[in-house]
Amino acid sequence: MGMTMAEKIIACAAGVNATKAGDIETVTLDRLMSNDGTTHLTIDMYNKLKNPHIADIDKLVWIVDHNIPADSPKTAASQKKMRDFAKEHNITFYEGEGVCHQVMMEKHVRPGELIFGADSHTLAYGALGAFGTGVGCTDYLYAMVTGTSWLLVPETLRFNLHGQLPEGVYARDLILTIIGRIGANGANYKAMEFAGEGLHGLTMADRISICNLCVEAGAKTALMEVDDVAMTYLEEHGRTPKACFTSDEDAVFAAVYDIDLSEIKPIVAKPHFVDNVVPAEECLGTHIDEAFLGSCNNGRIEDLRVGAAVIKGKKVAPKVRFLVVPASRTVYKQAMKEGLLDIFMEAGAIVMNPNCSVCWGACQGVIGEGETLISTGTRNFKGRAGHKDSFVYLASAATVTASAIAGEITTADRV
Amino acid sequence: MGKIFKFEKDVDTDQIIASQYLLFPTIDEMKTHTFESLDSEFASTVKPGDFVVADENFGCGSSREQAPSVLKALGVKAVIAKSFARIFYRNSINIGMPVIVSKELHEAVSAGDEMELDLEKGVITANGKEFQCTKLPAKMQEILDQGGLIASLNKEE
Repeated sequence: MGMTMAEKIIACAAGVNATKAGDIETVTLDRLMSNDGTTHLTIDMYNKLKNPHIADIDKLVWIVDHNIPADSPKTAASQKKMRDFAKEHNITFYEGEGVCHQVMMEKHVRPGELIFGADSHTLAYGALGAFGTGVGCTDYLYAMVTGTSWLLVPETLRFNLHGQLPEGVYARDLILTIIGRIGANGANYKAMEFAGEGLHGLTMADRISICNLCVEAGAKTALMEVDDVAMTYLEEHGRTPKACFTSDEDAVFAAVYDIDLSEIKPIVAKPHFVDNVVPAEECLGTHIDEAFLGSCNNGRIEDLRVGAAVIKGKKVAPKVRFLVVPASRTVYKQAMKEGLLDIFMEAGAIVMNPNCSVCWGACQGVIGEGETLISTGTRNFKGRAGHKDSFVYLASAATVTASAIAGEITTADRV
Repeated sequence: MGKIFKFEKDVDTDQIIASQYLLFPTIDEMKTHTFESLDSEFASTVKPGDFVVADENFGCGSSREQAPSVLKALGVKAVIAKSFARIFYRNSINIGMPVIVSKELHEAVSAGDEMELDLEKGVITANGKEFQCTKLPAKMQEILDQGGLIASLNKEE
């Protein structure tokens, strides 16, 4: 019987010839990413172990990105704990370099790897054909100490993409459409695999955006086969694959969806659930107080180019804050070189250092009671961006930027 | 017997413990903010041995282990839901907090009702009725029986 990509990666990591959905395998992890959202607690648990040790230091990557720079003495203390531990144990450590998943894509992820990240959006690594999955700090610690973990082999939902996205429609619109269709738990415990000729026309930025958001349908991992676009990205970043897997023709999928990209339209996810999606047109005129362009989902150079093209020569609406937050230092520098940051600043945007920003609602740009944010961030849960009685709409870089100009939700072709 | 705190579907981990508290140094400092946005009195009224009962997809969203950890720290004996998001489910077992799937309980009880849980038999008793719990996968039951993943790690070594 044929195997899916997810089954092949797990079999490889487990050192077995074959495995199938529903089996439990003991796997050796290729990489272990952790950020400042939970690492201080991981260290506390590590220090209480009977026999604390680290299986393979070279596999650990620690990234301070959620509250950087620190917003309070408590945060500073937790980050200091992480920084000191990383230094003492010689762990690969980044601070201010960017949002963890963007940094991982730029510097570490290789096709075929099995990666645990102590962050739910670790699914992003599927854009390079790697099995990334989010774990809590106890799972992370166990893997850090033993080098291994156990995995229930997931079933796979296969999405065959056909055709091309229309002009003015983006990967964000596509993945929100899919999440709306299958629901917030539509892929719970499952892998979401993307294939088809429509995939090959998508940029790496598009692919990362799609895989990253699959956790909002509950997915355990997201996977895309490695094609020329992915290989070029990998080579440009000086890396080679561990292995390039594709699903066999006779692999068993839990469900197969055929998606015609040409039918996708600009989409908005309304408060307070990511699967609460409607065509952007249905939200026209909704007042906003703040707009956010950034995050591991849409803070790449391609997204900043889209936003800059929409806002060039125009102004942010009066009394609206427009936060522009490049996803990494590399993206930030490139945006400077291309003059994009000038365009944003001349329009009245607030350009900030690479970090998770208001997407995680605890550091910068939080919104107050009754306020509304339109965001390229990952989530629109109640209170996600600040006050519990506030509202978050999710949309593409184009829709978010257009809305910042209008002071209300609108699409790029209307400003 | 413990009191039931009832929640609806798609309760995400941001509702259980909001991002702004996650970098507090300890779980004990975070726990007073549990469910702050949904039920601001939860943390001050829940007692050790009480239960959280919810609809589908409990614990969706972020991988923050702080979510099950604050519930455990407040003494919540178990979370019973129609279904769980996978990371929350795994995290709960890892820290030794029972998470139980019951398709029937949510409709059969109201907030404030009392219930009893017999983990060994896998039976919940509430309002004079018995409800069967869905069994954990063997691997997870083993972790739970040992008191969580760290306890089992300490035993292995």
